[in-house]
Amino acid sequence: MINKTLRSPLPTRRDFLKTAGAASMALTIGFEWAASGRRAVAAVAAPGAPFAPNAFLRIGSDNSVTVIAKHLEMGQGSYTGIATIVAEELDADWSKVTVESAPADAKRYANLVFGTIQGTGGSSAMANSWAQLRDAGAKARAVLLSAAAKDWHVPVAELTTDKGVVYHAAGKRQAAYGSLVKTAVTLPVPDTVVLKDPKNFKLIGGRPPRVDAAAKTDGTAQFTLDFVLPGMLVALLKRPPLFGATVKSFDPSAAGAVPGVVKVVQVPGGVAVVAKSFWAAKQGRDALKVEWDDSKAEKRSSAALMDEYRRLADQPASSARKQGDAKKAIGDAVRKVSATYEFPYLAHAPMEPLDAVVKLDANSCEIWAGDQFQTIDQLNAAHTAGLDPKQVSIHTLYAGGSFGRRANTISDYIVEAVSIAKAYGADGTPIKLQWTREDDIHGGLYRPMYFHKMEAGLTAQGELTGWHHVIVGQSIVAGTAFAGLVKDGIDGTSVEGAANIAYAIPNIAVDLSTTKTGVPVLWWRVVGSSHTTFAVEAFIDEAAHAAGVDGFTFRRKLLEHEPRMKAVLELAAEKAGWNSGPMPAGRGRGIAVAEAFKTFVAQVAEVSVDKDGNIKVDRVVCAVDCGTPINPDIITAQMEGGIGFGLGAVLYSAITLKDGRVEQGNFNNYRVLRMNEMPKVEVYIVPSTAPPTGVGEPGVAPIGPAVANAVFAATGKRIHMLPFPKTGAV
Amino acid sequence: MPTTFVLNGQSATLDADPAMPLLWALREVAGLHGTKFGCGMAMCGACTVHLDGQAVRSCVMPLSAVAGREVTTIEGLKSKQAKAVQAAWVELQVPQCGYCQSGQVMSATALLEKNNAPTDADIDGAMSGNICRCATYQRIRAAIHSAAQSIKA
Repeated sequence: MINKTLRSPLPTRRDFLKTAGAASMALTIGFEWAASGRRAVAAVAAPGAPFAPNAFLRIGSDNSVTVIAKHLEMGQGSYTGIATIVAEELDADWSKVTVESAPADAKRYANLVFGTIQGTGGSSAMANSWAQLRDAGAKARAVLLSAAAKDWHVPVAELTTDKGVVYHAAGKRQAAYGSLVKTAVTLPVPDTVVLKDPKNFKLIGGRPPRVDAAAKTDGTAQFTLDFVLPGMLVALLKRPPLFGATVKSFDPSAAGAVPGVVKVVQVPGGVAVVAKSFWAAKQGRDALKVEWDDSKAEKRSSAALMDEYRRLADQPASSARKQGDAKKAIGDAVRKVSATYEFPYLAHAPMEPLDAVVKLDANSCEIWAGDQFQTIDQLNAAHTAGLDPKQVSIHTLYAGGSFGRRANTISDYIVEAVSIAKAYGADGTPIKLQWTREDDIHGGLYRPMYFHKMEAGLTAQGELTGWHHVIVGQSIVAGTAFAGLVKDGIDGTSVEGAANIAYAIPNIAVDLSTTKTGVPVLWWRVVGSSHTTFAVEAFIDEAAHAAGVDGFTFRRKLLEHEPRMKAVLELAAEKAGWNSGPMPAGRGRGIAVAEAFKTFVAQVAEVSVDKDGNIKVDRVVCAVDCGTPINPDIITAQMEGGIGFGLGAVLYSAITLKDGRVEQGNFNNYRVLRMNEMPKVEVYIVPSTAPPTGVGEPGVAPIGPAVANAVFAATGKRIHMLPFPKTGAV
Repeated sequence: MPTTFVLNGQSATLDADPAMPLLWALREVAGLHGTKFGCGMAMCGACTVHLDGQAVRSCVMPLSAVAGREVTTIEGLKSKQAKAVQAAWVELQVPQCGYCQSGQVMSATALLEKNNAPTDADIDGAMSGNICRCATYQRIRAAIHSAAQSIKA
């Protein structure tokens, strides 16, 4: 019998982070956000003080509502989502709501999905804020109601609220929230509160506009690039050309002679040129002469590494899932299919090259950055500076994209900035470390390169009996602070989306061969599913073809016990007109479905392939089930963006190494999607009252295989190597 | 050596290395932060400004090249096309991370100032030099069409 319990109980990345959090003793502090309101009562409120019943909001006597966001806003809409949840239960006037970023503080602002770490990732911002912020908003509203009841000498039960105003219909009285602040600050915050019935939601499920849209349209939104302090200097760091190389010696004279260069300093990551402006620092770095020690550097080429991976795929590996006897089932099968898939290293390439401002002196370290792992970065900054984490404060600014890059456990760019400030003299001079695009593309922490080998067996009736999936590649968490989370040789981030495939196949084996290279790697938007979903969904399509069944029907039959996955599959197929008949010559339709971070996404891609083999993705129909849709417009935007991001990667992007040197350097040779390549995207959201899950990453997962399957439908040719072959190859 | 030009409608003299890219002169000398640094080699469009009404990449244009000419940045947008573009951007909720959007707005405005009814092909031609890693392209396209409509109305 196949049912849900047969799904591999593999821990997700969230579980890993949770465990990691528990292991990071320095970060483990009791979580007390619910109690903060009671402490506020004990404090004597200053005259004119805002009403701040908990760590997540503040109401001013001017009716302003300030929501404090513990998550980074990097484009995914977290600020708007967070504010929406608070404002909904508070019954706030959306036009009065603004958002400010929380300080680094694991005690108050931990990501509840991660455990005791403050950070953003794993598409978890809404999931972990939902209960917490509804409670915070509802308790604040309850106090405001009590304040009105007290001021008016009426029972709370006779009061209602709407858009930031308390009403007493019988007494024909009303009071804006701001006017109640004076009384509210004197009242206790209740321990428990009744939340709104979802059918009374006014903002959730609606389309409150993004809190950041206007400032991001008129140029006033402040990114780290734009952050300036008096007397601030700008640093560029010359890093070794090979991963693992170190400074042997350097000659600062030419760099030092550039007008505007203030100091040239050696740090663990290389040699930094500190100057009065970016341009001076850039010219100084160009002039800087450094001799590198390559003795411990990675000098292999990516092609050689892939050759090794191919060989490893036939060697014994660690088992990530074993159900039944896949080898025997495939051996006994009437029909067999097999395929391999190759995935390159990928850079995240956020539009804002990494940057951070650090002000360091003997007793304190202040950091301004688009910071994604606040309490990890705080810890690493403290360690680098030789300070206590309490002496490090982090101001989180808007991030110009991240896609995972800013969430790294070594805090690479933060540590670089702190180490430069330290080498400069730790004299309180603010220093901005600025990466260039070349620094970003050469900078490592890539999505790992992977090789996948798949075999499947089918009965004469076309039923899948055995499935064997071998994955070869580097571990994202090995060698990091999360290294202890590799269990029995399995890094869950390497096999998520593969070991837990939802398809009802009686015999499944998923094996992992973990490689080691000198190339630093990291999670990249949708993490493991950025490659596993491609392999699974392209290969299941090959199995469907072998069975003589269309890709939709074949999948649906295997998802009978997966209602949410099946529902998105059906919705996407229906909206795309899957059964509307064959497409004209040279065109094709492909489908793929995935679950990532507990969100379900199916996509149907329509492609045209011309006589020269040029692929054009014309249309993508996307269905998503992310639980309660908090903001359907942002969900839609994340699906659109995820599709564009994923599509650019599968069509064009690759980081390759030649003798250890990264061969790409900028957007000329690290190709990403452009306007003329963006398909028409339609998004359909499954209505749901389940707790909300994330949308920042899952939309990326199915687009590659959906397009590859569409290319097969158009041309009869399968794609086994990413990025897709260049012009003329299909 | 100072360079004198018209910046957002007013005469400006910036005392900086004439070889300094206009982008950094605008950001670090003139203190205008809306124009962004994305690639430094005219590959991404985040640094797009208008030079005598044309969309140009300020990251590769030396300051000396704008002497005596008119430079408009996101801070100085005033035309009805610009206002229509910015209104449509907010109406259609285009930005995600927002970092590239100054450049997108500048390119879209330059397009509409020359062509009041751009086709999809015109939009591809004018906008394909502006990368958005959040891939907000579909909304950018819709917002440009919407802005064109609103100008006509």
